[in-house]
Amino acid sequence: MADVTNLRSPAEAGLSKLFESSRAAFASEQAISREEAFRFFEATGLPSRRVEAFKYTDLRAAITEAAPPAEAPSEDAAKAAVAGATGFHEVEAARLTFVNGHLVAALSDLDRLPEGVTVTPLNEAMGKGDARLKLLAPVEQVRENPVYQLNTAFLADGALISVAAGAKPATPIHLRFVGTGATSFSTATRVLVDLGAGAEFFLLESHEGPSGLIYQPNDALDVHIGEEAALRHSRINREGDAAIALSTLSVRLDARAQLETVNLVTGAKLSRHQLYLHIAGEDANAVVNGAALLGDGQLADSTLLADHAATGGVGREMFKTVIDGEATGVFQGKIIVRQGAQQTDGKMKSDCLLLKDEGQMMNKPELEIFADDVACGHGATCGAPDDELLFYLMARGLPRATAESLLVQAFVGEAVEAVTHEGAREALIGGIEAWLKARG
Amino acid sequence: MLEIKNLVVQIEDNRILNGLNLTVNDGEVAAIMGPNGSGKSTLSYVIAGKEDYEVLDGEILLDGQNVLEMAADERAAAGIFLAFQYPLEIPGVGTMTFLKACLNAQRKARGEDELSTPEFIRAVNGAADKLEINKEMLKRALNVGFSGGEKKRMEILQMALLQPKFCVLDETDSGLDIDALRIVSEGVNALRAQGRSFLVITHYQRLLNHIVPDTVHVMSKGQIVKTGGKELALELEASGYAEYRTSEAA
Repeated sequence: MADVTNLRSPAEAGLSKLFESSRAAFASEQAISREEAFRFFEATGLPSRRVEAFKYTDLRAAITEAAPPAEAPSEDAAKAAVAGATGFHEVEAARLTFVNGHLVAALSDLDRLPEGVTVTPLNEAMGKGDARLKLLAPVEQVRENPVYQLNTAFLADGALISVAAGAKPATPIHLRFVGTGATSFSTATRVLVDLGAGAEFFLLESHEGPSGLIYQPNDALDVHIGEEAALRHSRINREGDAAIALSTLSVRLDARAQLETVNLVTGAKLSRHQLYLHIAGEDANAVVNGAALLGDGQLADSTLLADHAATGGVGREMFKTVIDGEATGVFQGKIIVRQGAQQTDGKMKSDCLLLKDEGQMMNKPELEIFADDVACGHGATCGAPDDELLFYLMARGLPRATAESLLVQAFVGEAVEAVTHEGAREALIGGIEAWLKARG
Repeated sequence: MLEIKNLVVQIEDNRILNGLNLTVNDGEVAAIMGPNGSGKSTLSYVIAGKEDYEVLDGEILLDGQNVLEMAADERAAAGIFLAFQYPLEIPGVGTMTFLKACLNAQRKARGEDELSTPEFIRAVNGAADKLEINKEMLKRALNVGFSGGEKKRMEILQMALLQPKFCVLDETDSGLDIDALRIVSEGVNALRAQGRSFLVITHYQRLLNHIVPDTVHVMSKGQIVKTGGKELALELEASGYAEYRTSEAA
């Protein structure tokens, strides 16, 4: 066999160089196997469309240069950046503010946390070898993911959030990520959320940054939901229009644990939100929803893997994509039901509304079922707004644009109406309305 | 009020209306009866402004203004209302949200102020009570899970709220039981007034016992072929449409 030389792209070569030069500055790499992650990443490189999981989202082509890791901003720069941030800003919450991927204590409510909640900055936890670090990478498959590996290799900051067993704080924690700068940069953050048995917790997450600047956030959220605990998570991606935004949510659910997560995407030139679920305990329940509203030049990818390894797990996954212009929506969903995971009930759905002919939607559902007593299904639809419905609304006096907006709201609304936290739900609906208004 | 002159309409090369002429005066209730396929529903859609139809010739004048040049929403703001034969279900759009959006869009188009929320709720509740519409229905998504009768009552509720000038009722009696027919008819009769006219499209004379028309027109092959008083409906009920079908293609 002939030797095959893997030609490295300039971005890949740049990443290796950056990794070597940053090594000295990294805190305690042992705890997170930074070296190992980068070696794994280097072996495969940035995934191109030849890699099945990245078939529709070619990161090798999209990332043309390795953007240097952002340094911690000055307090004034951080304050200025956060002043204009609007994601969930009207929701009462304890905020943890990250500017360019660095936790800014002065703009965070570290001393005003809800009862039963503790927050430890990640670097502090790594410095003292916090036992909770073993909860990182809670889903086996995520460790093999190149986006997650890059996050591990370049991890700069983050936090460990613990919610005590039985604690049910009414006030959410808001992870507020804001980007700022004049030249291109990258960030890598990791937040771990650990819910003790019976805890109930609301988590908000917003991502915003400047338009016209190519920057590359890579954010990972690792979650462990203990027995009978419930996490309700709402996320907004309102990144700048040139951003390449990569994110990974990995969750382990113990027995009778509940997860509710919704991701609303209106920002970024290219975004990929990866969801990994490990249903580890029996009768766990996961509601995973996503809504993407896209205009010219955008690509939004939602990639889900739900690994049912215990009996009686229920999964409800609903993704809604609205495409207004030359944009691409991607949904890849894979449900694995292991041999012992009898009575698993999984339903996965991806619907797309094409407002203009130029848009495209890629759907790839996969089921791998090894148990014989399960109910699993998937469905995908794609189409233009219904002319009959438009006529009905117009015949009642609504101008075409208003009628179309109402139909879009109704279409996307289905993915956000399940959000338990009223303020979060209203903020998500507000995000949809703002997108429709900007569309005109 | 409404004057239709020599209206010629086709859809996908099928000629549906063939030079139709019709006048409905201010305050008049005109009924159109006719066999299946005579073009009755097409006429209602063309008046309301559905885009699938190609108007080859003719005019539809509302108080002298040709509405054929207007989009459906502009016609609604000008006072045309179509009560649909099959009202559509719109999941995710709350009934109250919908009603308020329609009312305010029409007011805005006419240069009027938006209705305040208390005024709006009072107006809806008043109309809903008359039509025996349950308040729970108003909290649901528009027409979703409504019975056939509930959907028709919701159409009349919209008519009562929007206070149109010219109302087209497209087979409003289809799918209604006796009680629903009475409630819907009473709702329509309550709206009869000077300054408002109705075009009631139906197959059956039954509806016209409740909504008594001033004039009855028989439609066949895309034209009005006979016009008379309310007694014409009774004649049709007795003799059927055979006379008007004879020259139709099989």
